[in-house]
Amino acid sequence: MNTSRLQRFILAVLAWSITFVIFFPILWMILTGFKTEAQAIADPTLFFTPTLDSYAAVQGRADYFRFAYNSVYVAFGSTLLALMIGIPAAYSMAFLPTKRTKGTMLWMLSTKMLPPVGVLVPIYLIFRDLGMLDTRIGLTVIYTLMNLPIVIWMLYTFFKDLPKDILEAGRMDGANTRQEMLYLLIPLTLPGIASTGLLSVILSWNEAFWSLNLTSSRAAPLTAYIASFSSPEGLFWAKLSAASTMAVAPILIFGWLTQKQMVRGLTFGAVK
Amino acid sequence: MRTRTSGRTVGGLRSLSLQAPAVTLLLIWMLIPLGMTLWFSFQRYNLLMPGMEQFAGLENYRYLLSDPALWRAMGNTLVLVGSVLAISVIGGTLLAVLYQQDFFGRGVARVLAISPFFIMPTVSALVWQNMMMHPVNGVLAWFLGLFGLPAIDWFSSFPLLSIIIIVAWQWLPFALLILLTAMQSLDEDQVEAARMDGAGPVAVFFFITLPHLKRAISVVIMIQMIFLLTIFAEIYVTTSGGPGLATTNLAYLIYIRALLEFDVGGASAGGVIAIILANIVAIFLIRMVAKNLED
Amino acid sequence: MATLQIKQVVKRFDDTEVLKGIDLEVNDREFVVFVGPSGCGKSTLLRIIAGLESATTGDLLIDGERINEVGPADRGLAMVFQSYALYPHMTVEDNMGFSLRLAGVGKQARREKVLEAARILQLEPLLDRKPKALSGGQRQRVAIGRAIVRNPSIFLFDEPLSNLDAALRVQMRIELARLHEELDATMIYVTHDQIEAMTMADKIVVLQGGEVEQVGSPMELYHHPCNRFVAGFIGSPKMNFLPVTAQAVSTSGVRVALPGGGTSEVAVNGEGAQAGDALELGIRPEHLLLDDQGPLSGQIKVIERLGGQTSLYVEMDDGIITITADGDVTYRVNEQVNFGFEPSRAHLFDGQGLALASLQRHPLSGLVRQDSRERVENSRERPEGGA
Repeated sequence: MNTSRLQRFILAVLAWSITFVIFFPILWMILTGFKTEAQAIADPTLFFTPTLDSYAAVQGRADYFRFAYNSVYVAFGSTLLALMIGIPAAYSMAFLPTKRTKGTMLWMLSTKMLPPVGVLVPIYLIFRDLGMLDTRIGLTVIYTLMNLPIVIWMLYTFFKDLPKDILEAGRMDGANTRQEMLYLLIPLTLPGIASTGLLSVILSWNEAFWSLNLTSSRAAPLTAYIASFSSPEGLFWAKLSAASTMAVAPILIFGWLTQKQMVRGLTFGAVK
Repeated sequence: MRTRTSGRTVGGLRSLSLQAPAVTLLLIWMLIPLGMTLWFSFQRYNLLMPGMEQFAGLENYRYLLSDPALWRAMGNTLVLVGSVLAISVIGGTLLAVLYQQDFFGRGVARVLAISPFFIMPTVSALVWQNMMMHPVNGVLAWFLGLFGLPAIDWFSSFPLLSIIIIVAWQWLPFALLILLTAMQSLDEDQVEAARMDGAGPVAVFFFITLPHLKRAISVVIMIQMIFLLTIFAEIYVTTSGGPGLATTNLAYLIYIRALLEFDVGGASAGGVIAIILANIVAIFLIRMVAKNLED
Repeated sequence: MATLQIKQVVKRFDDTEVLKGIDLEVNDREFVVFVGPSGCGKSTLLRIIAGLESATTGDLLIDGERINEVGPADRGLAMVFQSYALYPHMTVEDNMGFSLRLAGVGKQARREKVLEAARILQLEPLLDRKPKALSGGQRQRVAIGRAIVRNPSIFLFDEPLSNLDAALRVQMRIELARLHEELDATMIYVTHDQIEAMTMADKIVVLQGGEVEQVGSPMELYHHPCNRFVAGFIGSPKMNFLPVTAQAVSTSGVRVALPGGGTSEVAVNGEGAQAGDALELGIRPEHLLLDDQGPLSGQIKVIERLGGQTSLYVEMDDGIITITADGDVTYRVNEQVNFGFEPSRAHLFDGQGLALASLQRHPLSGLVRQDSRERVENSRERPEGGA
């Protein structure tokens, strides 16, 4: 492209300004976490002496790690379950399609469009009667079901990319369905499966509707923990920021590392 | 011919058994709560008055449909979904064009710009509410102050707009992420051919880039619609639906009915209405997906 | 080793019938080629034999036993795919040994078998490579090696050479023929390329529209095609067809009126034909003779010189005719030429496109490749592999 230097300079300034504006709330959150409470509410400045006081204080709240543990448990547990159920289903849809496959797939997606509020009451009552309210298992099951349609969709997209011939060669070589999946399908689509799993982890990690409504203390994940800062405690901005930073950091890094992969699966092959 | 279905009997059975767990679970997940919601919606059922359940016919619906809160909530839902979709699709497309240009540090800038998508809604709501939009100590108030402008009390003056800003901030990066990926598959030869034909940058955008992004945009709309219809955490954390009903969407209204007023019957009727609304939207969305499934 | 019988096999996908009742026998140690244009059902038939598709109706028998319900791995077959279908995440050695691993064969025994196959195919130096690091021809050999390791009773090939460039294709053709000798196995080979069929097959099965058009040795198909389709499909350049009218039918043949006024008697069985019938005369380009006294004439439109031979495209009233002539002919474009043919080389087709049977069989037409016939006659026992 024959862009002059000045044009390129203006372009860079424009792009970086927009980037700065978009990223600013996150940057600010991270910075505020390293401030004292007094600095946090003072006039904004980028220059201050960083302190770990807020992190220490947050860590001092005995329950922080329990929330974090719950988040990890629920996000990874539900992802694992969804993959275990989703891989065979996506396999059969991609490689053994029948007349009903397309319909089944669309129906599965349509359950994702079922608004959670529409079924909140019965789920709440069922959970109450089964003693699953405020349990990690309960939340894990809900997240598994919540993500299953998208997980199957994404896996289906990745599996479709695998030449059918390779699985047929495996079948000729004597592989049964389980071996076909274990020795051929899974190793060959591992990047796709991984990115599907990561998206599922991100969605579960960030989910707030069910976690706020079905958990209170024992099984509450970080979303609920952070939400508790909307109470008067929220005035402690530095601590809030420190806790928020810790809550989002792992998932943010995950996201950065896998964004390209994730898009491919998410777009159902519409975007190559 | 070679890609066609394998033998119907054997293949059919096998695929049935492999799909069975997923299908069964989703069926249970869908039918039981749906059935119960429907059942409750015809009951007079309040958790504060156990043992008083009785058949109420259409009373819950009559009550709900005559309640201005429902219409307000539906209106809010549509405004919220519509504006966020508009902002993220239009903004996402423009930004995708921008980030497609070659500039210093492009890779890093891209990653930073898509980051908000990975932030949990409760965190982004709190950060915006307290540190950005706070009328006294917020960054926006300070910024306006630099120009001698008075601070705005966002959540009382423009409550729904504030929510829209927060939600759009989360979802614009998602649109950007997908559209940017779609842009990368745009054939450079096509652009150059258009240039040779005398098309300027604007013409290239409208006649080459935009048509190329059509499918990606439809994917963005579909996925976002699923999530935007059920926005909850942002409202829960910041405004609790207020002031008044200004930021109460359908999801939040049902939440108020069910878990704050313990009116299971009324909440279920609201749920049924939400499901009907979602299905109307879903019919259109499914059409779009079905097209994508074709190939 | 193994014979295969296919009885009345029909395959339907939804409402379309891809195979319309195929009957076929494949003899022990035979090299059979299924050939036909794309969409003719040849690949489907192969996949049904492999067990990757199931026949809608009809039976498949290997050595007399029905195998319709037997799974693909248990039929004792091995298949080489068009795309090679190598497992990209495994080394060449693991690719070739995968079936043995699934069958629970020990590491040592596995390695021995793989090494033996690798030796036959000269793959030894490549055993530790992944498929990505191989050339097209090497991948092809690994795919064949994977089949050899299974020690199958029948090898199936699905257009295995179509992804190779022309030079490599010729080389692999020779190699496959050599392999057929060395392994002494029954092979079924699918291709759309009639040259591959002619050069390698003991028996060619010509398919079109889901039906078998003709089965026979390459020379039989070349000299005695049973209909217009087979006549046009086998042989390169394609056979020429001229509309003619039957003038007289006798025991010595059918006399036809040629375009341009001449007549010629073709030695075919004229039963069912009558004087005045509209027929089609088929002559291969290599059987047309340039001759100033010849009964046919036309104007040369294009000349293709291949060095050893020359193709002349001659415009007649009824279309373009191809003539294969000597490499040194001196004709020029737009020149008028006369040409004729030896009546014994000509074919006649009736209104339905069916050939009128030749009165004399071509001496080569009964010929199965010499070596394989000897093999069948000797019928020596092949030492059983220790699978």
